[in-house]
Amino acid sequence: MSPQLIFWPVLFQLLLAVALLFLWRKVQVQRAVSIAGSTVAVVLSAALFTLTLRDGIGTVQAGNWPAPFGIALVSDTLSSLLVLLTSLAGLAVSVFSSASVTGARLKFGYFPVFHILLMGLNGAFLTGDLFNLYVWFEVIIICSFVLITLGTERKQLEGAVKYFTLNMLASIIFLTAIAVIYGLTGSLNLADISIQIAAIENRFLVEIAAVLFFVGFGIKSAVFPLYFWLPASYHTPPDAVSAIFGGLLTKVGVYAYLRIFTLIFAGDAFIRELLVTAAILTIVSGALGALIQNNLRKVFSYLIVCHIGFMIVGIGLGTETAYAGTVSYLIHDIVVKTNLFLVAGLIFRVKGSVSLRDIGGLYKRYPWLSLLIAVPLFSLVGIPPLSGFWPKISLFGAATETRSFWVLGALIFGSVLTLIIVAKVWAAAVWKEPSGKNPPVKMVLFDQISKERRILYVLPIVLLSLVSLYIGFGAEHIQEIAGRVAADLINPDAYIEAVLYPAGKSSP
Amino acid sequence: MNTLILKTASKFLLPLLLMFSVFLLLRGHYLPGGGFVGGLVASIAFVLHAFAYDMQSSRRLLRVHPGFLIPAGLALAALSGIFPMVYSDLPFMTGVWYPESVPVIGSIGTALFFDIGVYLVVVGSVLTIIMTLSESA
Repeated sequence: MSPQLIFWPVLFQLLLAVALLFLWRKVQVQRAVSIAGSTVAVVLSAALFTLTLRDGIGTVQAGNWPAPFGIALVSDTLSSLLVLLTSLAGLAVSVFSSASVTGARLKFGYFPVFHILLMGLNGAFLTGDLFNLYVWFEVIIICSFVLITLGTERKQLEGAVKYFTLNMLASIIFLTAIAVIYGLTGSLNLADISIQIAAIENRFLVEIAAVLFFVGFGIKSAVFPLYFWLPASYHTPPDAVSAIFGGLLTKVGVYAYLRIFTLIFAGDAFIRELLVTAAILTIVSGALGALIQNNLRKVFSYLIVCHIGFMIVGIGLGTETAYAGTVSYLIHDIVVKTNLFLVAGLIFRVKGSVSLRDIGGLYKRYPWLSLLIAVPLFSLVGIPPLSGFWPKISLFGAATETRSFWVLGALIFGSVLTLIIVAKVWAAAVWKEPSGKNPPVKMVLFDQISKERRILYVLPIVLLSLVSLYIGFGAEHIQEIAGRVAADLINPDAYIEAVLYPAGKSSP
Repeated sequence: MNTLILKTASKFLLPLLLMFSVFLLLRGHYLPGGGFVGGLVASIAFVLHAFAYDMQSSRRLLRVHPGFLIPAGLALAALSGIFPMVYSDLPFMTGVWYPESVPVIGSIGTALFFDIGVYLVVVGSVLTIIMTLSESA
């Protein structure tokens, strides 16, 4: 493949954002351009993914400066896979936004900022440079701050303050960690650091850097005890925004964990234990949190926290099976969590409320819609052929293999509680008789909006549900990819080789 | 604010500052300066003019809406980075230079256009912020 292709998922989103900025006041055109552009982005990232699968790791040096000095962009299986999933989630949310986000928000640049956010996500997944990773994190945080405050409702601002303060703190800690690493190795290129870090004699400082990374990314990916900002803020913005946040933003933190702790601090026993402990507590506290919530969006927010634990635990266990479990869980979770928040948005549009007490009777009114909602909900639990099942099997396997029975216990606890919560949501939203008293609703409900808009509401959920179903039924393919990523993570030599000694430059 | 001294001074200072901003923009490749500082100086020129007269007249002076400068600059910067990819299959942001030296400007390359893009974005965003603030005040 032409290595230039690696830039395009990032660049295309930038160009899209620029085009949308030119169309500042033309909201109707913006909708069409965003959807069309997101479709192209899916094609581009699918091309990158298939070519990466076929030809192996691709690298390219921005500005043509050779490897440890310039900024390398690396497309290995994990990166290109996440870029593809980002584009898919981006397409779904873009379609959903075009129907659900109010005109006032669109007039203040919702779509341009949304696409810059996607650019930031793609950049973070593709970069092979530690400081560049920080820059992409900043792009993401600035965009997400705009998206979370856009519309300036009171509760939005309250959520945004919590969100911004803690994420800013995380960035500062992350930056400090980079400074320590740069001071120790004199390099920012991940592959180069990976080689140099082994020769550092001051192991104490290396350990400190590792802990700083753990805390910095821990806040971003909402790990116990650093997750409190997430349920406090994710339910406040419009559902389309929550969907992209819930589906992708915390996963950037998980991705960073995967990269840093396999490439730089591989085999660090202390960090391993830290990760496992934090993950167990994350699973337990997230699941218990979700159990007592009554607001649908808050339930899903706590479930994000709970399932982040599932992924972190795999990184902590650090065997090949565990990594495979983490990666396939990541694939499943991005799709399902994005979808769940879209579902919450749909239910809100149908019933005018997201409180579990007020909603109900969905099955009576919209049987087909209920069936559709069943797909993401039951995929989340992992009812056997659906998508959550296979990653959990890998994680259970990894826990038994390493004889970590606390982990196994936490995983089972988390799964059972997720099942209870999903059953509760299903019973409340779909089967329960609608409560007799209908609270006065100040919005246009689902049955009153035009047919085109209704299709735009349902279409993204259908799209993501199909992807979910594919992950469940095409599990063999997904497991194969996850296994390949896990093998790459266990043995990063190919990554290092591809970055530092690309074809034409011989290794020493 | 209605002072004769400021009004007269700003009439002379505006072109001077704009010229200085272009000077900063052009020398920025190897020496201190560049698109960002240049853009700031240029926007200060307009802000000073707005102090002496009013926001409406400086907006007329600018001719285009400052909000338009942001995507224009972004597009120019992005395209200057993409140019080497299309032109000779080099990575994004590789410097491609015109071999001959041009009087006054010096050498022309993609980096110059990137800096001009930055310059436009900075002028656009600073003026958008200041004009919005002065309108809501």
